[in-house]
Amino acid sequence: MIEIRNVSRIYYDTAGLPVEALQAVSLEIREGEFLSLIGPSGCGKTTLLRLIAGLDLPRSGELFIEGRAIEKPSHERGYVFQQAALFPWKTVEENIAIGLKARHIYKEKKGLVPEYIHLVGLDGFSKSYPHELSGGMMQRVAIARALINKPKVLLLDEPLGALDAFTRIELQDTIRRIRRETGTTIVLVTHDVDEAIYLSDRIAIMTARPGKINEIIKVEINSERDRNRDDFIGLRRRALEKLHLAGVVYANVQGGGEAI
Amino acid sequence: MNSETDISKKYWKPKSKWWFAAAVLSIAAAAAVNALVPDVQTVNTSYYRIVLAAFIAALLALWTTPVLARKLRHKLYHYSQFIAAAGLLLAVLDLLTTKSDILKLPFFPGPAQIIEVLFTERNTLFICTVYSLRLFFAGLACGVVLGIATGVMIGWNRQWNYWLFPVLKVVGVIPPVAWIPIALAVFPTSFYAGIFLLVLTSWFSIAFMVATGIESTPKAYFEVSRTLGANDRFLLFHVAIPNAVPSIFTGIATSAGMCFMTLVIIEMIGAKAGLGWYINWAKAWASYDKVYASIVIMGVAFCIILGVINVFRNYFLRWQKGTVR
Repeated sequence: MIEIRNVSRIYYDTAGLPVEALQAVSLEIREGEFLSLIGPSGCGKTTLLRLIAGLDLPRSGELFIEGRAIEKPSHERGYVFQQAALFPWKTVEENIAIGLKARHIYKEKKGLVPEYIHLVGLDGFSKSYPHELSGGMMQRVAIARALINKPKVLLLDEPLGALDAFTRIELQDTIRRIRRETGTTIVLVTHDVDEAIYLSDRIAIMTARPGKINEIIKVEINSERDRNRDDFIGLRRRALEKLHLAGVVYANVQGGGEAI
Repeated sequence: MNSETDISKKYWKPKSKWWFAAAVLSIAAAAAVNALVPDVQTVNTSYYRIVLAAFIAALLALWTTPVLARKLRHKLYHYSQFIAAAGLLLAVLDLLTTKSDILKLPFFPGPAQIIEVLFTERNTLFICTVYSLRLFFAGLACGVVLGIATGVMIGWNRQWNYWLFPVLKVVGVIPPVAWIPIALAVFPTSFYAGIFLLVLTSWFSIAFMVATGIESTPKAYFEVSRTLGANDRFLLFHVAIPNAVPSIFTGIATSAGMCFMTLVIIEMIGAKAGLGWYINWAKAWASYDKVYASIVIMGVAFCIILGVINVFRNYFLRWQKGTVR
């Protein structure tokens, strides 16, 4: 559904020297799949996600969604930032309704707002302002705000990165449920191997300098995913080995082996 | 945080009945001093006594009203220390002036004399206050509208920024009162000249604050809006301008203060009505009691103006409740 062909992007560091954020990356994202981009900081995973969103443009190469070139942001590609970026002057329901308002379909579609508040589990908070919410609740609002537009793909940029461990696990389950209920295609950027295995169908492992996709791992666990079962642990080991081979140091991770 | 600690953070000694008693007694003492000590200066002190008695009655009425909300009572207790000090100050001033002539007339009229003037001159003072407020609000309103409009242009559009920002910087630092001779020569009446000067006073500081507020909008707000289907118009009216609202109110509050200053200066120099004009006129007659009366009204009026601005601010910024303002 989304095709990324030979995409490169360069940025200039503080000294003015060019750094290859992405080098000739190609990837295909299938309809309805959950794909994670994982890798160390600076490997270009967020850059790639922003290119898919249309927030940035590649230096060379092309991106397509359903055969059409991606040139600018659109409501068909919803984006959730690490910091929820809710509008502090709007209540939960007003934040979620932004997409409908921006597209001038609020009057016909405002019935969707309570539906999506319910979907992300925030019943009873519709009139709250962002400063009254916890970090996890804010991300729930951000996810609902992106989903109300019924996007073709939901792009999650480390949405759980700033949350504590308990909230993170809770939200991972919510994301799984939302995916089951809506069938949305999802691309997740993360640096948490367990999170990637727990949620994804495929995991693209990226490396830095130059940023590129090193390997794609298929997650073939069909039943409920248990972080302590052998198949999960095996995948975790495999993913971490790939990251090690790619020169990434992951210390103190169970089953991860020694860093090289 | 529970509401108990909340109250004691917001109010000073919100539960102290003793300070409230001290406040009532202190005002009563001021009244007693005025009633019992014989006058040296010739003053009609009955207005002063009526005011003090009415004030005590109001305090007691507020205190005894059973329907009175707890919050209001906390507020009453909060101000008790101030009221107590004010009562003592009045008594001392009364003793130094009306009762002894230690501080001489006409420069230092006693509190009783100032209150007397407020009553006897009430018609003139009322008209002057209305004139001043009319000029103040007309000028400030024009300044706010122009300030918000230019601020939005500067903060949003680079072409406008290029042309307007330097003008803003240069004209903004000139004290508005420097334009008084020109304003009085160019405009047909002193009212329009006054509006012109008040606009000059408020326009630039508000425009500057609005532009800063718009430019400080986090990039993520724009990006997230664009992935939700927003166009430029939406970004301006639903993202950038709401983000600038807190700075808009800071700009309005500061320029209200500056406008009040400009207003009094213009009235003292060029106008034929208003509180500033009244001060000048009273000075010419050496009626300093009237000068003080006018100053008292200015103080009260400006407190009320700031209070009104605050009410609007709290309404528009209700989403900030509980966070740092």
